Amino acid sequence: MTDLNKLTLKKAQKLVAEKEVTAAEIQQACIDQIKEVNGKLNIFLSHLDVPVTASEGSLHSLPIAVKDNVCTLDFPTTASSKVLEGYRPPYEASIVRKVKEAGGVILGKTNLDAWAHGSSTETSDFGLTLNPRNPDFLPGGSSGGSAASVASDTCIIAIGTETAGSIRQPSAWCGVVGLKPTYGRVSRYGIAAMASSTDSPGPIAKTVEDAATLLDFMAGHDPLDATSNPAEHPVFSNSLNKKISGMKVGVLYQDLKGLEEVRPYIDAASKVLEDLGAEVEYSQALDPHYAISVYTIVQRAEVSSNLARYTGIRYGNDRSHFGDEAKRRIMLGTHALRKGYADKYYLSAQKVRAKFALDFEKLFKKYDVLISASSPTLAEKIGASEGSSMFGELADMLQEPSSICGLPGINVPCFRDPETNLFLGLNIVAPAWREDLVIQFGDAYEKATTWNSWRTND
Amino acid sequence: MLTKRQPPGILGGQMTNPTYELVCGMEVHAELKTASKMFCGCKNDPFGAEKPNSHTCPVCLALPGALPVANKKAIEWTIMLGLALGCKINLFSKFDRKHYFYPDLPKGYQISQYDLPFCYDGKLETSFGTVRIHRIHLEEDTGKLLHKKINGEDVSLIDFNRGGVPLIEIVTEADIHSPEQAKEYGKKLREILRFLEISDCDMDQGGMRLEANVSVRPVGTTEMPSYKTELKNINSFKFMEQAINFEMKRQEKLLAAGETVVQETLGWNVSTQQTFSQRSKEEAEDYRYFPDPDLPPIRFTQAQIDVIKKSLPELPTQIVERWENEYQIEPRFGTKLFNTASEANIFESLFSSAKNKKVALDKLASALVNKQVSLPAVESDVEKIINEFAKLNSVEDVDTGELKATIQTILSENPDVKEKYAKGEKQVIGFLMGQVMRVSGKKLDPAAVRATILLSLEK
Repeated sequence: MTDLNKLTLKKAQKLVAEKEVTAAEIQQACIDQIKEVNGKLNIFLSHLDVPVTASEGSLHSLPIAVKDNVCTLDFPTTASSKVLEGYRPPYEASIVRKVKEAGGVILGKTNLDAWAHGSSTETSDFGLTLNPRNPDFLPGGSSGGSAASVASDTCIIAIGTETAGSIRQPSAWCGVVGLKPTYGRVSRYGIAAMASSTDSPGPIAKTVEDAATLLDFMAGHDPLDATSNPAEHPVFSNSLNKKISGMKVGVLYQDLKGLEEVRPYIDAASKVLEDLGAEVEYSQALDPHYAISVYTIVQRAEVSSNLARYTGIRYGNDRSHFGDEAKRRIMLGTHALRKGYADKYYLSAQKVRAKFALDFEKLFKKYDVLISASSPTLAEKIGASEGSSMFGELADMLQEPSSICGLPGINVPCFRDPETNLFLGLNIVAPAWREDLVIQFGDAYEKATTWNSWRTND
Repeated sequence: MLTKRQPPGILGGQMTNPTYELVCGMEVHAELKTASKMFCGCKNDPFGAEKPNSHTCPVCLALPGALPVANKKAIEWTIMLGLALGCKINLFSKFDRKHYFYPDLPKGYQISQYDLPFCYDGKLETSFGTVRIHRIHLEEDTGKLLHKKINGEDVSLIDFNRGGVPLIEIVTEADIHSPEQAKEYGKKLREILRFLEISDCDMDQGGMRLEANVSVRPVGTTEMPSYKTELKNINSFKFMEQAINFEMKRQEKLLAAGETVVQETLGWNVSTQQTFSQRSKEEAEDYRYFPDPDLPPIRFTQAQIDVIKKSLPELPTQIVERWENEYQIEPRFGTKLFNTASEANIFESLFSSAKNKKVALDKLASALVNKQVSLPAVESDVEKIINEFAKLNSVEDVDTGELKATIQTILSENPDVKEKYAKGEKQVIGFLMGQVMRVSGKKLDPAAVRATILLSLEK
């Protein structure tokens, strides 16, 4: 069998279970593909050279690419910052432990914006990643490496982390599926903290089905993370292949300035959902520009605190190794928390954050899910983020309102530009703890359209 | 002219200037002796650790990605202390990050409590008056720095065994008006912490640390002085008393001379018996407090607080008072018998069962304090000790004939005794009693012996 690296997780699981192929062959195909493309695309910072066997489990030793801000015992963990260059954690993140226990193999560590600060991978201290769909363009970020890995078939599935858009925006730009779970659904233990109050790890996958399958292994209470939800989670893969007829969908942000490029495709996606029997209508939410302010203040404040541990006393490299973006965020966050300023900035940001939560609460009384574009534009050209310290916030604007409220969301490809081969993504958001709804809608939409490049190859 | 005049009281070095009074508040830190640390599962035993950095993990070393989880027991104990000190309890509380840079603080911030401490508005009575408790909050201790010379090189070493140990801070209002009161407050607080068995308060090892904010004001005024100096890093009550005493006089002298007292942090030099400047406090610190997003806020119901309240043992002062009423045990004995609630419980069983057996309880207490009987270590020792005490007090029957003979022998060996007695030297009775007891080798009823001696002498 050829092109084993192009298999979806579901297909690969089936083939290995039926002994049609071995996991080692699949891993080898991914390693070969990494060797083929990594020199140019710069997706992996470290990776396996030869196949390995994992513990028994339904993930059958299938290779998983992991963002390099997630601690692993088998690979260095740098968060793409020179400060942590060569750092090998003495422990691994709870999600790494969980997927390994389920039989997964960590294939390697993917590039990101340093400390996950950015939406392009251009702030990585180890060079940017190129978009596998068109290498003149950015892959998005911060989980750009993981999204690019899926898009380039250098892995079977990947893990990313999102603070506001960092899973969904690169997934949109790379034309893959990215699922951001509810804050607290997946443990943060062992993931270099960015903004502790919004960080959410999640799967980046070839199909919605794959994302749901991996989420089943990643999710769940972790006694090592006090913010993780102690409640049992549903089996997410049970939400696949379900009808959405009669369910209600609110379409957001279509009248915003700057969304002209993507508006027609979201209208088209709405029509698809309507054809599937859903009741779709335009709806109004709080202007997401306010969410940028809230997110910027809260996230910078938490960043300035979370990076305080990199004192230069440990980890070898001192604070002069922080890149400009990290320094900018540390300074802004430090200012926002200063005596006399914390009320003005941090605390008022938290109040506006509560307003957004109320707004969503109201919207979800009317709708089962809300949809919008995952990003105001298709992938931007290389160099677009330079000179724009708010690049990420603008690129992630449509994700920020739901992110600051901790809501789950999914990106599914909803358009491919035949000229550039670039993708656009549809963002589906549901109430807290309702990942099942985003999976149900994402899966239904994906199966009703031809935008998913793996489904069309099936 | 005025600046040269010595204010009265300083000259002799003993008397304090009667026109000023001390205004002092205290901040006491104590490590809680929970089994594990405040935010991780590491063993909480920094003084018993076999080697440096052996009781550590990703959390207390602040490795990338590690997250804190709060120790429930430490929170309950903090609330228990608060209730013992009559505090109000915040039903909604949280942990905050307090940022400062120091090598012994691995996260670059300390997890502490800012505006919603677990306990507030309590009090502790001293013989000098009430000291109001402003607040009690819970935080984590820092690591320990060791400055050493290794192979001729000056190095600083960090031991994180203490890093993350639960630490409570008890802050008073400025209600302390004499160095003696500061000492008594500290001792009483330690007594309660030990009694509740939540802290060993080992001062030498830094398990309890004292700070005093000192200022003085003219007697008769009630305004808070506009300045204060902070006495820090003092590890004994005696030194704290001495340091406050010194500091009072130093400030009085400055104020009387029309000068201002510099706002600063001071240490106490034991050998020179003087305070010394550690760092100037002119600039306000900015710790950039904000709620720790890794730790969800803590909500209690009144019912949960009531459960802790119910589990709160009777406090030392009340126990001593009740023992006096119930068992007629003098407080001077009662206070000396126990340090902890468990010890008090054992004595309680001893006294109650001794009372049933009609044992003289005050005598029993006295015998316990004076170590004439062994101290009970466990509840089952009670019977044994009552028996020991009974033996101690039992008297053998006096065989009058034998006694008379013994006295006669002693009198004939000491012929001058009778003469002395006849001259009115009554102390010979004591001498004879001692001799009788020694010669007989028995524990005889002193009253009977005395009566027989008198008879023999009168003859």
